[in-house]
Amino acid sequence: MAVMNMVQAINTALREEMERDKSVVVLGEDVGVDGGVFRLTEGLLEKFGKQRVIDTPLAESSIVGTAIGMAMNGLRPIAEIQFMGFIYPAFNQLVSHAARMRNRSRGGLSVPLVIRTPYGAGVKALEHHSESTEALFCQIPGLKVVVPSTPLEAKGLLASAIRDPDPVIFLEPTRSYRLLKEEVPEGEYLVPLSRARKVREGSDVTIIGWGAMMPQIQKAVDELVKRGRDPEVLDMRTLAPMDYSAIMGSVKRTGRAVVVQEAPKNCGLAAEISARIGEGALLSLLAPVERVTAPDITIPLPKAENYYYIGPARIEGAVERVMSF
Amino acid sequence: MLIDQYDPLKGQMLQILDKDGKVRKDLEPKIEEDRLLLAYKTMVLTRLADEKAVRLQRQGRLGAYPPTKGQEGSQIGPALALGGDDWMVWAFRELGALLLKGVPLWRTYLYWMGNEEGSHFEPQLRTTPSAVPVGSQVPHAAGIAYAAQYRGEKSVVMCYFGDGATSEGDFHEGLNFAGVFKLPVVFICQNNQYAISLPRKQQTAAPTLAQKAVAYGIPGIQVDGNDVLALYAAATEAVQRARRGEGPTLIESYTYRMGDHTTSDDASRYRIEKEIAYWSERDPISRFRIYLRGRGLWDDQKEAAWQEEASRQVEEAVKQAESFPPPSLNDVFMHTFATMPEDLKVQLEVLGKELDSSKGG
Repeated sequence: MAVMNMVQAINTALREEMERDKSVVVLGEDVGVDGGVFRLTEGLLEKFGKQRVIDTPLAESSIVGTAIGMAMNGLRPIAEIQFMGFIYPAFNQLVSHAARMRNRSRGGLSVPLVIRTPYGAGVKALEHHSESTEALFCQIPGLKVVVPSTPLEAKGLLASAIRDPDPVIFLEPTRSYRLLKEEVPEGEYLVPLSRARKVREGSDVTIIGWGAMMPQIQKAVDELVKRGRDPEVLDMRTLAPMDYSAIMGSVKRTGRAVVVQEAPKNCGLAAEISARIGEGALLSLLAPVERVTAPDITIPLPKAENYYYIGPARIEGAVERVMSF
Repeated sequence: MLIDQYDPLKGQMLQILDKDGKVRKDLEPKIEEDRLLLAYKTMVLTRLADEKAVRLQRQGRLGAYPPTKGQEGSQIGPALALGGDDWMVWAFRELGALLLKGVPLWRTYLYWMGNEEGSHFEPQLRTTPSAVPVGSQVPHAAGIAYAAQYRGEKSVVMCYFGDGATSEGDFHEGLNFAGVFKLPVVFICQNNQYAISLPRKQQTAAPTLAQKAVAYGIPGIQVDGNDVLALYAAATEAVQRARRGEGPTLIESYTYRMGDHTTSDDASRYRIEKEIAYWSERDPISRFRIYLRGRGLWDDQKEAAWQEEASRQVEEAVKQAESFPPPSLNDVFMHTFATMPEDLKVQLEVLGKELDSSKGG
C-alpha cells in the first residue's frame, strides 16, 4: 500500500478506471497538457492520449453538454469543472438533461457521467473559488452527489461513481486535497454510494458531517472526548440519495444530533437532515437538533474568511448546548 | 461542392426547385425514385398528422402542441440524407424528421398527450428525446458525435434547432466544440423567421444565420427551406464531409412557420397577413408534387390514394396513442435512477397509501 494525499488518490482512481474500461474518458479545461490546475489529471494524457484526455474549449455548459452526449452514446465521461463557482453555466445541462434523460426516455437512454469539481472555502482563494453549493444539486431528482473526506474514501467513492449508471456530481474538498495522507490500496477498491460511514462510535450525541467539515469535526471530537463526552460521528459521503437510515439508527441511540454544514444555513442539507430526524426519531430526542452552518451571506474574501469558516469551537459549542439542554 | 459555391456572406442561397416546381437541371440531385416518393409521402403524412394534432388539442385530447405546417420540406429534406446508423438530435417541432427517421406517429402523439412513454424510442432509431430548453441539445450532438468518432464508427449526427437557438450560448458552445474536434455533425438551423413572436431580424444583426459558421471555422450554407431537393443536396454533401472526417457543417434552412408557435400561441398578434400569403405561394409540398408529376412519378390517382392511406395511418395512430395505458404510480418513480434508492422506495410506498386513502390525489 502506498501513502497518498487526496490528489494522488483521485489521480490513481482515474488512472485505474481508465485502464480498466476503455469507455472512460476525461474532459475539461486544462486537464490534458497541464494535468489540471490542481494536478488531479497529471500523467493521464501521456498514458491515454488526447482522444481520452480531452482539453476542451473554455466553456462549462458544453463541457457538461458534450459529456451528456458522449454518455448517451456509450462512453463514461468524467468532466472536470475547474471550480464549483464556475459550474453554474452548466446548471441547465445538469438539471434539464443529465438528471432527467433516463426518466424521460423511460430507461432507453442513460447518462453515466461524473462531474468532478473542487469545492469549499478555507484556502484563501480568489473570489468564486470557495463555494459550497451542494444543496442546489441535491434537490434535483436523478442526480447523485458525492463528497469524499479522506484520500482512501476519495479513491473508493470515485471508482464507484465512475461505474455508476447515473450522473454523479463528485465534490472534492479543496482544503483537504493535500491536508492529510493515509494508506491507499493499489487496484480495485470500491466504497459503495449512498452509505454513510461511522467514523467514531459513541453514545451521547451524533455529529453528522461530510467533506471538508470532517477534519474540523475530528478536532472538536478530540477536545470533547477530553471533557468526558462520547460523541458518535457520521460522514455522510453521499449527499444524494442520502443514507437516512444510518442517521436514524444513530440518533435513536444517542438521542441528540448536531449537523455540521460548510454551506449557508437557509435551505441547506442540515435543514433537510434536521427535518428527517424530526420525522423519524422525534421520540428518541433529548434535545432539539442543532445546526452548525455558515451564515446566509456571500462568502467573504480571505481577509474575512475566518468569520465565515466553521472551526472546532463552534462545533464543540453546539455539542455542549445539546448536552446541557 | 455546393457548400463552397454558395457563400452566405455574399447573400447567396441555394435553390434547386423554385416556388413553381421548376427544377434547375444542372443541380438536380440524383435520388432513387423510391426515396423521392418516400420523401413526398412523408411530407404529406406530416401535414395531415400535424393538422390532426392541432384539432386534437382543440378537442382537449392532446396537450399544447407546436404545429409544423410549412416546415415539412425543411425537416424531411435533410433527414433524407441520413443512413440507418446515423443519429437524430432534435428540438420539438420536428414531426416530419421523426417520421422519416422511423419514430412511429403514435409515439409522438403519445408524448404530446402527456405520456413519457412517447419519448421511449427503440435504440436502433438513434434518436434523442425532444429538447425543450432552446438550443440545449446542440452540445449533446457534439458529444454523441465525439463518442462515435472515438469508437471509429462512421455514423453522423444530424442536429436540428431553430433561429432562436442561434442566440443561445449552447449553440455557440456546441458548434465551437464540434469545430475544434472536427466532429461528424450536420447542424440544421430551421430558420422559420420567428422565435415565438420575435422576428429573425431582432434575433441577430447578422444578415444570415449560415454565416455564423465562419466564426467556428466550419462551412455554412443558406438553403431555401421549402425546397426539399436543395436541402437534400446540401445535407448530402454535409453528411459525406462528416463521414470522411472533414468535420461539421451548418445549414440554414430558410423556411416559414405557417401556424402558431404552439397551440397556446396566437401568431396574429405579431404577424401580418401579407407575409403569410407570400409564404403560402412557396409551399414545400405543392412545388415538390409538381416536380414529381413532371418526372412522371406522381398523378391525381396516386395523390388521392395516398391522401386516403395517410389519413388512415393518422387515425390509426390516434387510436393507438389514446388506447395506450396511463402510467402507474410506480412508472413515474422507476426511471429516476437505474436502481431505486431506499429513500425513494419509502416515498413511493407512503405516497401510494396516501393516494389510496384519499381516492387518488
